[in-house]
Amino acid sequence: MPVISYREALNHAIKEEMERDERVFLMGEEVGYYQGAYKVSQGLLQRFSERRVIDAPIAEMGFAGVGIGAAMVGLRPIIEFMTFNFSLVAIDQIVNNAAKIYQMSAGQFPIPIVFRGPGGPAVQVASQHSQALESMYSHVPGLKVAMPSTPYDAKGLLKSAVRDENPVIFIEGETLYNATGEVPDEEYLIPLGVAEVKRQGSHVSLIAWSAMVPVCMAAAEKLAEEGIEAEVVDPRTLRPLDAKTIVESVQKTGRCVIVEVGWPLCGYGAEVAYQVQRECLDSLDAPIERVTSEDVPMPYALNLEREVIPQVADVVSAVHKVLYLD
Amino acid sequence: MRRIEPEEDTPDTSTKEELIPLYRQILAIRRMEEAAAKAYSQGKIGGFLHLIIGQEAVCVGAVSTLRRDDYVVATYREHGHAYAKGVSSRAILAELYGKKTGVVKGLGGSMHIFDKPTSFLGGYGIVGGHVPIAAGAGFASKYRGDGRVTLCFFGEGSSTIGGFQEGIALAALWKLPVVFICENNLYSMGTPLYRSLAVEDVSMRALAHGMARDRLDGDDVIRVRRRIQIAVDRARESGEPTLVEVRTYRFRGHSMSDPGLYRTREEVDEWKRRDPLAIARRRLVDECGASEEELRAVEDEVKKEIADAIRFAEDSPAADEYRPYVTKESPTGD
Repeated sequence: MPVISYREALNHAIKEEMERDERVFLMGEEVGYYQGAYKVSQGLLQRFSERRVIDAPIAEMGFAGVGIGAAMVGLRPIIEFMTFNFSLVAIDQIVNNAAKIYQMSAGQFPIPIVFRGPGGPAVQVASQHSQALESMYSHVPGLKVAMPSTPYDAKGLLKSAVRDENPVIFIEGETLYNATGEVPDEEYLIPLGVAEVKRQGSHVSLIAWSAMVPVCMAAAEKLAEEGIEAEVVDPRTLRPLDAKTIVESVQKTGRCVIVEVGWPLCGYGAEVAYQVQRECLDSLDAPIERVTSEDVPMPYALNLEREVIPQVADVVSAVHKVLYLD
Repeated sequence: MRRIEPEEDTPDTSTKEELIPLYRQILAIRRMEEAAAKAYSQGKIGGFLHLIIGQEAVCVGAVSTLRRDDYVVATYREHGHAYAKGVSSRAILAELYGKKTGVVKGLGGSMHIFDKPTSFLGGYGIVGGHVPIAAGAGFASKYRGDGRVTLCFFGEGSSTIGGFQEGIALAALWKLPVVFICENNLYSMGTPLYRSLAVEDVSMRALAHGMARDRLDGDDVIRVRRRIQIAVDRARESGEPTLVEVRTYRFRGHSMSDPGLYRTREEVDEWKRRDPLAIARRRLVDECGASEEELRAVEDEVKKEIADAIRFAEDSPAADEYRPYVTKESPTGD
């Protein structure tokens, strides 16, 4: 099977969907002539012309709204945010309009739109460019939220997102663009709302998505050296959440650590913890642990940033805690 | 260079055949909203209720220039725009009553009328953000080459927020077939023009974008119709947007809870002398040769229509579902 990067997988998904459906177009800052700030849209302008690959000026609220209006009347826009941090200036469009029009119109106007771009901290880009906003978007009924952790998932989920009838917040891992993995040439889709067990294990369940999946996989390797078998469950979609797969894992292992790069208070992991305790109370052998970023705006200095973001060692130590090994 | 100056006033002679349907719409909107206000005071309608009474000639004149498949996007003060686009008084009043038979099944209420059959793309409660949505409908028309035009209505109170600025900037940049109509009723809720806008002529904003503009008084439905027609033709023929400011005045408060203490009785009375309903009627009699009998027949018909709509709203079953329209079932989702 061909091995390609996460970036290429996303590029192929967009290209294939634009080839398949003339209603699909890509709009955002620098998506055309510049070939994408992160090169996800490389080559698409040449392939599809200015009509369908549209460079927008710096006006997120404007072009997010243009996408919503176009979706209302039958097009299927992909709106790129250069980073999801910039989606905050378009949040009126996403929360007040995209998430509500289908309901406000009593089903007359579905909004089939994808808002995509990188999210979560990268490296030393400081507080305004390092935010993990999935908890905020996952809070809102009417939206779907997908966060792939591998090239295979990135392609399959993005293709599903484009075909979905609802607004999908598609947050790519900013540090994952160069990650590589096997992606088949033939077409496939990954449905939104289906988790995947990325590694089997029997002693503890690690729940993580996006860039925290590779961190948990590395932690699982380390734990294996101590004879601890960690299972890694990636929900892949945060809304809707496939709680069943997570619950089944925790019922098997009896211990649960939820790892996210977002802030702790009202973080998505708190909701996962609630659902797990509700369904797994009899199976749990220890309180659920959460590993999150520190509760601060992201500092710039590399040493400080490392202290703030969850590292492999933090995951290992949380696992020790739920196994009463600390 | 595109035209950036306001249009010269256009010949505004009219005929009975043209004006009677417009008069009928203004009257129906007036009576529908009066009925809504009464029902509100009886506790039969809840939430916010923003009436357009006094401003009806703007939406009626403007929407009368459209084809059925052209789009309209409006704010929370949109009963008149929806009615003018073809949504029935039954569907609107039943919605205000929160009934299953309402235009959006009791899910939207007064502020959120949406109607696909008449291409009415919504009433929006958070103003300014709806301006890019109108640009998006225009974008889709250009993308498909379907020749449709979008009218976007907003008050002058919306013209400072970012959504408005970004929406008109993109429409101008991408040459989208949208007519942006500012219904400048002189008060942003309770704040008068001079305390909210440094430049009180909202159409001037078009200059910064090289966009065509126009500016007119909104008390005469024929004038509104003639002048908006120019902008709609421009959008349809050359795909270019126009920003139009129409001066108007609401006779009632911002919403039902507003006693309007920020305006003097004299000022309100002064504007009531320019009531668009009275002007249209006077023109019908004085200039178009309509007889009292003809007009009374129209008025009786409207009275019956609104009485029927109120009865319909009263008798309709309560709204009964809120789950089905949160997310739409998708081939690959859920």
